Amino acid sequence: MVLPTRDVGYVRAPLRKRRLWKRMVANRYLYIMLLPAAAYYVLFHYYPMYGALIAFKEFSITKGILGSPWAGFKHFEYLFTLDKFWHVFWNTIIISLYRLVFGFPLPLIMAILLNEARKLLFKRTVQTIVYLPHFISWVIMGGLLMNLLSTDGGVVNNIVRSLGGEPIGFLTDDRYFRGTLVWSMIWKEFGWNTIIYMAALAGVNPQLYEAAYMDGANRARRIWHITLPSIRGTIIILLILRIGGLMEAGFEQIFVLYHEGVYNVADIIDTYVYRIGLTEGRFSLAAAVGLFKSAINFILLIAANRLSRMMGEQGIY
Amino acid sequence: MSYSGFGGKLFDVLNYVLLAVIAVLTLYPFWDSLIISMTPLNENLSTNVHLFPRSITLEAYRYLLNLDQLWSSYMVSIFVTVAGTIISMTATTLAAYALSKKELPGGRVVMFAIVFTMMFGGGIIPNFLVVKQLGMLNTVWAMMIPTAIQTYNLILMRSFFVSIPESLEESAKIDGCNDFGLLFRIVVPLSMPAIATVSLFYAVSKWNEFFTAVMYITDKDLWPLQLFLRSMLLENEAAFQSGGDSPFLLGQSIKMATIMVSAIPVMMIYPFFQRYFVQGITLGAVKE
Repeated sequence: MVLPTRDVGYVRAPLRKRRLWKRMVANRYLYIMLLPAAAYYVLFHYYPMYGALIAFKEFSITKGILGSPWAGFKHFEYLFTLDKFWHVFWNTIIISLYRLVFGFPLPLIMAILLNEARKLLFKRTVQTIVYLPHFISWVIMGGLLMNLLSTDGGVVNNIVRSLGGEPIGFLTDDRYFRGTLVWSMIWKEFGWNTIIYMAALAGVNPQLYEAAYMDGANRARRIWHITLPSIRGTIIILLILRIGGLMEAGFEQIFVLYHEGVYNVADIIDTYVYRIGLTEGRFSLAAAVGLFKSAINFILLIAANRLSRMMGEQGIY
Repeated sequence: MSYSGFGGKLFDVLNYVLLAVIAVLTLYPFWDSLIISMTPLNENLSTNVHLFPRSITLEAYRYLLNLDQLWSSYMVSIFVTVAGTIISMTATTLAAYALSKKELPGGRVVMFAIVFTMMFGGGIIPNFLVVKQLGMLNTVWAMMIPTAIQTYNLILMRSFFVSIPESLEESAKIDGCNDFGLLFRIVVPLSMPAIATVSLFYAVSKWNEFFTAVMYITDKDLWPLQLFLRSMLLENEAAFQSGGDSPFLLGQSIKMATIMVSAIPVMMIYPFFQRYFVQGITLGAVKE
């Protein structure tokens, strides 16, 4: 029997709907499993995105997000005229770039060196030690740094003094503060950042190295032709993510270590948002700064990903 | 396979030496603090590199362990770590399992919505307002619920679940096992490396929770350890003048003792989990 064409569409749609409904019912337990996570993401991620609307409003707590009157781009216009805002903006970018330039290659080099160390016990011991600081909070790391770098009994300055130098205010002098931030961040994270490379290298077939050895390839050639190509994709993905996080200059670290004496070089967007928002209570203005930051990060991430794909590499999505 | 030539040997030796030096330098700041925490107050620290303590005292620890605030902060941190990790693991595991099923209608959309939150967020202020609206300010929940799921951990778990062959679940499914049964009886026991790794990540981040506490907790009775530690580090040295001729050093040894007391639980637990890391992360991070 041949059905008239126009009826096919009419019949098929509810059928497909019914089939979808059936599949959904069959998977009902999976939906139940998703509920806690769904509630979490709606409440603590999507609702705050909606809440970021207060950047365009004259927000007052009593009136709430919806009830507060609109202010348009007023807060943004005001921000862009503030010297202080541009100051923290550039501080953020400078600190972040320092971290990228010095902090990005080191884990890669470390992973290659670890990969070349073949005494298993030694390798694992070194790994355990260099991962450790990643698991220690910035409050503790801050305390360790204050102890280590103090001008009054700190080991580093004891050494400087015994070499005939003047004690250096690593944490108090604004000429050194950024360097202290960058290198202490590297100390805390470089070891941990090797793990993702180590994971990628763990998947490399050892026969590749054997074969290269048989062909007379020396160590440098093995690293160049086997090790690096096998982590190339990982390197690019990490680089894209780092570029997408360029506006993150290490909030918790700076929050723990900075003080008014070094605001000049260390005040970043996040610390600024914290102060004007939660200390001074200017919610709308602080939300505007925060939104501006999120938007730039988002654009950078998309741009870096597109660039990577244009160059024939895999992107993050 | 080894390099027999002189260059190859030399590289090996230099490599081992370099790695050992890096490891020692990484650990030294902890060692230095440990020594100072046990140094008597009349010891002069400003002239030497402190490799070993010349004399040991536990005075700073005695002082510290007599502070009520330390104990109450310790209890808060333990509670937040244990309860918070359970909440996080439950929510993360359930969602990761559901999202690992490719045939789940709408699963891809949900996954995209979740990953999107890694790229864009409302910011500090709107998050603060949500927590305030929910009435969570100055409650222990503020340190657990707003950070309950870390998206990176969710992705890690999901990728691990995806890598488990479907066939392992088939027979149980035929026996009439529902999705909860499959997850807890079959999938979870097979996923121990991922579960150990992610549990450790959550537990450590709850133990280290500092910024959420700064924002949401003002009540001293609810201070977690990190806030107590910070107040000790910033404490005016004069408060420690207890008759000694060098108040700075007593202050310093108490500060370092506080650091040790806060760091030791993490340093003791984490090496036991380390053997799972690479396995737990390999499947999760490389392919996604």
